[in-house]
Order: sequence, then structure tokens, then C-alpha cells
Amino acid sequence: MPTKPARTINLYALTWRLPIIFWQFIFFVGPVLFMVAMSFFLVKNYRMTEAFEFVNWSKMLSRGYFWDSYWYTVFIASVATVCAMCIAFPAAFALAFRASESTRRWAIFLLIIPFFTSYLVRTFSWFVILSESGVINGLLGTIGLGPYTMLNTNFGTLVGYMTLTLPLVVILQTVTMANIDKTLIEAARNLGCKPLATIWQVIIPLSKTGLIIAAIFCFILSFGDFVAPFYLGGSQEPTLPILILDTTKSGQQWPRAAVVAIMMMGTLFAIAFAGIALAYRKRKGAK
Amino acid sequence: MNANRTLNVILGIYVALIFAFVFAPIIFSMIFSFNSQRFPTIPLGSFTTEWYAKILADPDIWEAALNSLIVSCSTAVIATFLGFCTAYSDYRYNFRFKGPYLALILLPPTIPLIIMALAMLAWFSKIGMSGQIYSIIIAHSVLTAPFAMAVIRLRLNQMDPDLESAAWNLGGSEWATMRHVIIPFCKPAIFSGLFLTAAVSFDEFAVSWFVSGLNKTLPVIILEIVQGNIDPQVNAIGTFVFLISMTLVVLAQIFFASRQMKSIRP
Repeated sequence: MPTKPARTINLYALTWRLPIIFWQFIFFVGPVLFMVAMSFFLVKNYRMTEAFEFVNWSKMLSRGYFWDSYWYTVFIASVATVCAMCIAFPAAFALAFRASESTRRWAIFLLIIPFFTSYLVRTFSWFVILSESGVINGLLGTIGLGPYTMLNTNFGTLVGYMTLTLPLVVILQTVTMANIDKTLIEAARNLGCKPLATIWQVIIPLSKTGLIIAAIFCFILSFGDFVAPFYLGGSQEPTLPILILDTTKSGQQWPRAAVVAIMMMGTLFAIAFAGIALAYRKRKGAK
Repeated sequence: MNANRTLNVILGIYVALIFAFVFAPIIFSMIFSFNSQRFPTIPLGSFTTEWYAKILADPDIWEAALNSLIVSCSTAVIATFLGFCTAYSDYRYNFRFKGPYLALILLPPTIPLIIMALAMLAWFSKIGMSGQIYSIIIAHSVLTAPFAMAVIRLRLNQMDPDLESAAWNLGGSEWATMRHVIIPFCKPAIFSGLFLTAAVSFDEFAVSWFVSGLNKTLPVIILEIVQGNIDPQVNAIGTFVFLISMTLVVLAQIFFASRQMKSIRP
């Protein structure tokens, strides 16, 4: 929004424009590019030497455990995304259409809180709650059930992922659906559309973009999280973030960790772009 | 009509369950922090402040708390400055490569932290800046600047576009206009940004853990304790960290709200 035609570049304009360029080039673009370069380096006698070899790539990509880990991570993050979207939907629906404006604002404020509380402490809390002699099994024991094993299973990992993603997904879905033109829904109802059909044929298509963005965020967060699969899933099947962690921390094999990281980023970009393209295309088709 | 009522009740219960799930770990962590059992279960043990006494007597935790304080305060200042500059550039100017320019600040939070952690660790080692407190501060400012930018940019949206021109017409230079018009106008958003970025930085553990070396922050200490075994001290530290984060977020919200009030009555 140029309030004054400031085409010429002057000191004033540069003062505000340059800091972020300098800062992000040195401390964001630099690290990311260096990581890409590093994936071609060699490690000799536990020391990294600069080189341009494809040995890390061929070593990592030819290993069975890398691909096991890769597909497991894609699988568990997809399951988490489907779960979060489905679990969040009724709540977001209620907040968007059945709650008052002020209730909705309070709900969103409350859901922002977990975003700023330590995810580690929350995970540790689940660890204690879900454990063999924990709160849930203690409660179930009083009515003669259990104990059930919940830690070190996919269920544990998913509980962790939900802790991380559910608040955000509910917020995004609520905001999206609250912005739908309510008269369109009334029109559908007046024309004889049944409630469930209204959800499928009116509400979901109208909020498609927001829903897809929520799903993308959910996938990115679950895909990149190492805490839930490590502490609650027991890392029996290591996810890619755990693979990065192990390779970096114990093996000093930074270049191989870089290969894993780049594969992760590639996957995430592909999914994000596909999702955005889908959201955009469908929107146009509907009009 | 009756069916609609029932549905509302069911949906209400459902929303309550979702909130229970989201807040259960936070509330239980607080309860456990005052609970005498090492392995908390139902029924709960007796009330104790043992875990708090333990962390208060631990010099490592004091040092980590000090580090966390330094990191989050410095991060807040740098990130908010960067966020303000970018938000203002975006608001005031149209220029070539504006898309990539904005992507530069907005991209970092979309990249998984573990990847940023690895990239930062490798880069800092390469340029000889690893293992220092300032390494964490720099990394955190990259990660949190977009939050400050978003808050300040929203505030600039509420500014009457003629306000700046009016100040120039009255003879104010661009710098004077910045000082006397724009910065005062953005002040609530700037404070909001400071608290928000401090809160995010205060809780971040993955990048801190990778680049911090021996200068541990509180979340890194938590991570290390959790790796060992079940130790209720974590709950005590966690409750303490939670209270600080909450204070910061509530302060940010208060400034955010005051901002909206003022926009109604300029």
C-alpha cells in the first residue's frame, strides 16, 4: 500500500528493508544451504571433511531401515492427520455454528494456551498418565479392567501427536467454518437439504481451503516431531526425526542426518504444494 | 426442535471432552508437582512441596533459568525489531521480489524444528559460533521473528493510510514521522510481539538442545531429565515454566485487546 510513490531507493527505505534480508541470509538461508552442501561431505576418523561425493546419499537411500522409517513416518503422520481432522471437526462445527461469538472467542483463546506451554512437559505428563501403573490404568483398575499397555505403541505416539496438533486444527477449522456465509446454509436447509447432507455438500466444500490448510499444518507438525514417537511411542520403529537425532547425536554422522533432513523437507514441500494446489483448484471449480 | 436440543447437548459434551484432552496433561502436571508419589497414580499420594524444594536447591536449574531468561529477553528484542522492520517495509513499500522477501521471514516456522536444529548446528560450527548463549538467541530470533511481524503487520493495517502523509505534509521528515507517529501507533503491537516471541523462545527445546552446548536452558534441562527416568521434578519445573509462559501470553493478549479498543476510537 504505497501512500507516497516511493520508487527511488533511499536510506530510509533501506533501513527498514535490509535488516531482515541480512539476518535471514546469514542465519536462515545460510544454514539450510549449508545443510544441503553438507549432505555431500565425507566423514573420516569422526571428522567431517568438505567434499562433493554422493556416498551419503547412496548409503542412506539404499538402506532398508531408512525406507522403513520413511514410510512408517509418512504412515503415522497421515493417520495422525486423519484422526486430528475427524476428532476436531464436530468440536469446530459446534464452536462455529452453535456457540455465541463470545464463547467462540474464549474457546479460541483457551486453545491458543497449549501452543505456548512446554510440549515436553505435556508429553511427560502423558507418559505418567498412560503408563502401566498410571492414572488411567489406576482408574480402570477400580472397575476391574486392565491394565492396558498404552505406552510404546502407535496409540501412545498418536496421543502425543494429538496433544501437539489438535488445538491448532480445532482453531483453524473453527475460524474457517465461522467465516462461511450462514445464509447459504439456511438456503440449503430451506431447499430441503438434510443436516448431514448440508455438512457434506455445503459446509465442507465451502470451507475446503481452510480444511486443507489445517490438514497440511497437522501433517507437517506430526511428521517433524521427535518427542511423541520417542517418549510415548518408545521409538521401536524410529521415525525420520528420531533417525536425524540418533545420526547427529551419537554417530557424529552429520552428512547422513542432512540426507534424511533433505528427504523430509522434499516430502513436506511436495505435500504442501499438492495440498495448496488442490485447495485452490477445487475452489475455482466450485464457482 | 427437541432433537436439535439433544444435539446441542451432545456437541457441548463433545467440546468439553476435547478441552479436557487438551488441558489434561497441563492440569495433571500441576497436580503431580505437589504429589508425594514418584510414580503418580490413582489414588493420589499426599501433598508435598518436596519437588519444588529440590529444584530450588539445584544450582544447575538456577543457571538454566538464568540462561532461559537471557535467551528469551534477547530473542524478544531482536525478533521484534526484525519483525517491525519487515512489517513496515511490507506495509509502506511495493518492490520487486516482495514475495521472496516475505517468504524469507515467514518460512522458518513451517520447517520442522529438528531440521532447523541440524542446519543451525552445522552452520554455527562451520562459522565458529556454536555452543554459545548467543547461538541460541540468534537461532530463536530467526524462528520467532515472523510472529512479531504478523502482530505488528495487523496493527499497521488498522492505521489510516493518510496519517503518514498528513505528518509529511505538516513538515515532518520520514524519520520524525516514524518516531512520532508510526512507532507510537504500533506500540501495543510491539509489546504484544515482545511478549509473544519471548514466550515461544522460552519453551523451545529442539534447537536450543542442538546448538546450546553446555549453556542449557530450562527446556533442555527438562529434556535431559526426561531422558533419564520418571522424575517428578519435571512437573515442578514444568509448572514454573508454564506460569511464566502464561504470564507472557496473557500480557501479549492484553496489549492485543487494548489495540483493538483503540482502533474503534482513534
